[in-house]
Formats: sequence, structure tokens, C-alpha cells
Amino acid sequence: MRALVAPVLGALGFVLIWQIAVLLRVADPILLPPPAEAFTETWRGFATGTLAHDTWRTVERTGLAFLIASAIGVPLGVALGAQERLYRGVEFVVDFFRSTPASALFPLFLILFGPGEGTKIAVAAFGAALVILFNAAYGVINARRTRVLAARIMGASGPRILVDVLIWEALPQILVGMRGGVSLALVIVVVAEMFIGSTDGLGHRVINAQMLFESGLMYGVIFVAGALGYLLNLGFLLLEKRFVHWSGR
Amino acid sequence: MKLTPRETAITIRGLYKAFGGHPVYSGFDLDVKRGDILAIFGPNGCGKSTLINMAAGLLPRDGGDILFDGREVAEIRVGYVFQNYREALFPWRRAADNIRYPMRRMGLPAAQVEARLQSLAERFRVRFDLNRYPYELSGGQQQLVSIMRALAVEPEVLFLDEPFSALDFETTLSLRDLLQRVLKDLGITTILVSHDLEESIILADRLLMLTRRPTTVADDVPITLPWPREAEALAAPGFMALKARCLDVFQRAVAAA
Repeated sequence: MRALVAPVLGALGFVLIWQIAVLLRVADPILLPPPAEAFTETWRGFATGTLAHDTWRTVERTGLAFLIASAIGVPLGVALGAQERLYRGVEFVVDFFRSTPASALFPLFLILFGPGEGTKIAVAAFGAALVILFNAAYGVINARRTRVLAARIMGASGPRILVDVLIWEALPQILVGMRGGVSLALVIVVVAEMFIGSTDGLGHRVINAQMLFESGLMYGVIFVAGALGYLLNLGFLLLEKRFVHWSGR
Repeated sequence: MKLTPRETAITIRGLYKAFGGHPVYSGFDLDVKRGDILAIFGPNGCGKSTLINMAAGLLPRDGGDILFDGREVAEIRVGYVFQNYREALFPWRRAADNIRYPMRRMGLPAAQVEARLQSLAERFRVRFDLNRYPYELSGGQQQLVSIMRALAVEPEVLFLDEPFSALDFETTLSLRDLLQRVLKDLGITTILVSHDLEESIILADRLLMLTRRPTTVADDVPITLPWPREAEALAAPGFMALKARCLDVFQRAVAAA
């Protein structure tokens, strides 16, 4: 309970500063509505509008992109990490595309997947997969050598060592990669919803609200997107704690 | 020391190993008697760990033979206890599952796995809960689990690489006590690498003192102190005399380089 006090106070402080800024008229009320208005607009968006559906669509796209990214990134990363020399070979390419802003790839993916759902999910999956792959490979490469030797001396074969030691050794790093991957997938999906022929999703809703000068709603959608990112991150942190109980001990 | 083939558990002939062109071992020979605990002691970097790692098959050798009753290391059952128990145990498995692991790799039936686990726990008088994860145990308990894991396969040869160097003195004394009883009970041929002269003498039937690189034998000391050797043995005159002799050899071996 006490752990909640500080963040709640922080959030209240933020709202308070916002309210003060509105009272001092630091910006045009059209651009900066009072927090209460943002709240009621958002409430109405959920109650009578399409905001719940939009949120769900964004979650769905992010989730799908993340699943595809994990299904490719984890096994490939582990396999490459187990063959360190091979990984050193492809490391530059992985690093290069990992550092490339995924948004720069939209035009290319539009040609490949057309202006529908496919492109949004494919770009997000591509970006997330590289983050996950990179982390999984490094998790395997940095496995404690002593544990591998211990397994070998106890009669474990190569594939056995991979399953019994390397994957476990890499698991903390794999989950870190997944956490980074899901955050990146959300970012890419929201951007894609803004610009790639969308009719729903948080990205679509936020840019629509902006164009229609529904600034209360616009702020609300931004906060919904923020909450989504925050919860995804939190969920993975809890998952890490639960499944990697030995990490750092 | 002359041993008959029947008495010999480990035979090393013409061992050659070099790192970056500098030989560590050049034509090294050694015979280890069955059931003996052989301690290897020498200055830092003389290749103590290198020797047991080659013998255990963890490190390739550049020449020569290391045979166990005429067989290669891959053909026998070995146990190995690493210096750093934190990095050698599997923290994602409970202590008991760590000990079961090598038995399962050997393909032992479940009932036998449990029976051996039980008998090891009794031999080592385990009073803590083996269903805990390694990181929930003290350092001494973790190293004890490592030792039980190494012994679970009933190894023909046991390698101990500075097994007590990360533990405090009190824990070391009690673990040393337990280990010598079990090893003498089971008659397992053991090679112990240590950088602690007292420990090497108190645990060994024979102490091999090595020189700096290229490594040769500075002295080969039979330790005939009676078993069991408890903490009091550290103050016995026989022990003191041996220690003085070994210290002298060590100092000359280090100075000679």
C-alpha cells in the first residue's frame, strides 16, 4: 500500500500543474483543455464512442506483431547465439537494422504487404523481432562457461546442453528482449495507425481528434496509449520476477 | 613411486600442453594409485587446474596420453567439483534436482535415482532442505550440493578444483571432515587441486608439489597420517613435520624460477 503513495502523489502533482497552467492561460484553451475536460471526453469516448474498440485493436495488432516477433526472434537468436562465430557474421546486419528507425521502413513494407493490416503488423514484428533476437543471442553467448562445462562433464550432449543450460542461462536476457520488443511493437503500431490507411486504433483516434480539434479527447487517447505501454512493461517485469526467480541471486 | 598396473587408476604419459607457444607441460608423467586422494600443490600459474581439466576432458591436450585403466576419459564416469559453486550449480533447478541431473543423464531408473539421493544425503548428514533452490542455501551448503552432484554417478575418478577456496574457515573445516570420511568410505580415486598447503596435506594420501612452468614435479610426498584426520590433526607433530618439509620444497621451487 505504501509503495503506491509516491506514484499517486506524483500523478496528482502532474494533474495539479496542468490545472495551474490552464488557469494561468499559458496556452490557448483549444490546445490545452483543463484536465477535467480531457477526463470527461475520454470517459465519453469509452462509454458511447469507439475508444474501447480502438484500444482493443491496438492491443490486438501489438500482440500479434509481438507473437510473430517472438516466434522468430527467440529461436533464431538462441540458435545464432549457440554458434557464436555465425552470430559475429550476422551481428552487423542485425545491429544495423535494429538501429534503423522502423518508420523508415514503412514505404518498403507497403510495397511488400499492401496498404492493409499486413504492413502495420509486419513492420512492428520486424522491429520487435530484431530486438528480441539480439537479446536472445547475447543471453546465450554470455552463458556462464562453468555451467556449460559442468553439464558436459555430467554427460550432456550438445543439444542437451542447449536445452538444459543455454536456454535457461539466456532466459533473463530473453525476457528483457521481449519487454523491449513489445514496447517497440506498440510504438510502431500506433505510428502505423496514424499514417497507413487505418479506420481504427489508438493512433488513428489520436490523429483524428487532433484534426477535429477535439483536444480533450486527444489528450485522453494519448494517456490511454501511455497506460497501455506502461501496463505491458509492468506485466513483463512481473513475468520476469516470476519465471526468472534466480536472476541476480 | 612404483605401482603395478593393477594398482594404477590413472596413467599420464608424455603429456604436452602449451599456451601461446609457451609449454606448460612438456613430457609430464604421473601414475595415480586406485583409491588414493592425490593433492596437487604449486605456485600460481603452474598449471594445476590445467592438469585436471585435461584429465577430465574439459581442455584438449597437445600431446601425450591420460588413461584411466587404459580407457579415455569419455569412457569412464567422472565427477568434478568446481571452485565457484555459484556458477557451477543450476540455479533454476532445486538442489535435489541438481543432484539428480547427472543420474538422469546416465539413464538411471527413477527409483535408483531417489535411492542414491537418499543415501548421499545420509552420508553427508544433510540437515537442510534439498528442495530449496541453490541461491537459498549458504555457500557451504551449495558446495556440499556440488559435491553430492559429483558423487551421484558413483564416479571412478573425482576431480576437485580448489573446492573450499570460496568458503570461510569454519565451513571449510567441517566440509573437509565430511568429504574425507565419504571419500575414504567409498574408496574413490581423487585428484584435488589446492592452493592451501594445510588442506592438501590433511586431505591427501599423496601430495604432488609442482614447480613453475614448464611444470615438473618438485617433490612427491606420501602422506601417511592416520585416518580420519580431524581438526586436531592439524596440530599433531607428524603433520607439522610434513608441513615444514613441504613449505621448504615450495620455497625452493618458487625461488628456482
